[in-house]
Amino acid sequence: MAWEEKPYHKIPGTYVFDGKRSANAYKLNKMLFSFNREENRKAYEADPATYADKYGLPADQKEALLKGDFLELLRQGGNIYYMAKLAIPAGFSVQDVGAAFHNIPTDDFKQHLLDQSEDFQKKLKDREGYWHG
Amino acid sequence: MAKLIGGITTSHIPAIGNAMASKLEQDPYWKRFFDGYEPVKAWLAEKQPDIAIVVYNDHGLNFFLDKVPTFALGCAKTYENADEGWGLPSATHFEGDEEFSWHLANSLVEQEFDMTTCQEMLVDHGLVVPMGLMWRHLGHWPVKVIPLAVNTVIQPLPSAKRCLDLGKALGKAIASYPEDKKVVIIGTGGLSHQLQGERAGIIDVDYDLECMEHIISDPDWLARQSHSEIIEKAGTEGIEVIMWLVMRGALPDHVTVKHKHYHAPISNTGAGVLLLESPEAT
Repeated sequence: MAWEEKPYHKIPGTYVFDGKRSANAYKLNKMLFSFNREENRKAYEADPATYADKYGLPADQKEALLKGDFLELLRQGGNIYYMAKLAIPAGFSVQDVGAAFHNIPTDDFKQHLLDQSEDFQKKLKDREGYWHG
Repeated sequence: MAKLIGGITTSHIPAIGNAMASKLEQDPYWKRFFDGYEPVKAWLAEKQPDIAIVVYNDHGLNFFLDKVPTFALGCAKTYENADEGWGLPSATHFEGDEEFSWHLANSLVEQEFDMTTCQEMLVDHGLVVPMGLMWRHLGHWPVKVIPLAVNTVIQPLPSAKRCLDLGKALGKAIASYPEDKKVVIIGTGGLSHQLQGERAGIIDVDYDLECMEHIISDPDWLARQSHSEIIEKAGTEGIEVIMWLVMRGALPDHVTVKHKHYHAPISNTGAGVLLLESPEAT
């Protein structure tokens, strides 16, 4: 038995969600999916460890969850859309989460987004037909 | 006969939904982004379509990982939005068109696209945000909605080429509907963004603009690219751009570009808008 290697596995700093990841973290993602309901979010907030045990999380995933280690959860197979159901109600923005993955302050992460987009209006003007306001 | 009068592309990220809910359209961060939708709204007001097919991905509201259809078509009378845990207010329900949906399902399966049909389907921000961008100012939804959910969440995803081909089949399916209906198709998601990992936060303006240009005049350019190639440039969530190919495939080869708008960053994302009009619109 073997998990198939795919070219996307070689992209650095990137954890493309596939069968292998999902198989490793099915219970984790199932728990995160339950956070679509407010009563479940409240039950988790009141007692995270008991809530994680109810879903039978493996010890390493439970530990990463209780530490709030997003990168480790991702590495273990957490799906980013499902992780958002944990992070956003807890008060994180997607920029906060991005910054946590980089281990940098959120303002630096926001600046990184701005830097990459800095000259976009010039690039639009170099091409034909774009709306300029 | 039903006529596909045009196709629209848009981002669907939740931050846009939050901005609309908080009425931030005139806020300096958002103004240019939202102003760029006004020509699309004006075109829709002029053309008065009856039906909008919205191509989007579900992010874990209707579908959990226990069952993931590659292509799922809404065939319900109505569709509800619900709490996704992302803090977005739930939208009012959307009316569907069962006869039209089942016609599409019949035609697509005859054309060997084996759709999952859904007679109950919660629609998430992937559909709700684009609907808000087009029509929130009216206070009601002036079109019947046909959700078409594409798996862009868990590999294996459909290939870019498969999405373009689905669009072509959808174009034939629409054209063979016997009732007079004006239809628009909205391809949602993208452009470049990556929410996850140490590579989170990539925005590639050059690649985004290449995608926009090629979607218009040479969609095969994008359809030839593998998921790995697209993800390397556009990021893990930027792969959503394959859903723009469903929109493009449904339209004829020759379209009139009525509007092109791009803004970055919007939250973590490069946001592109296209309005492509079909000759059938006039």
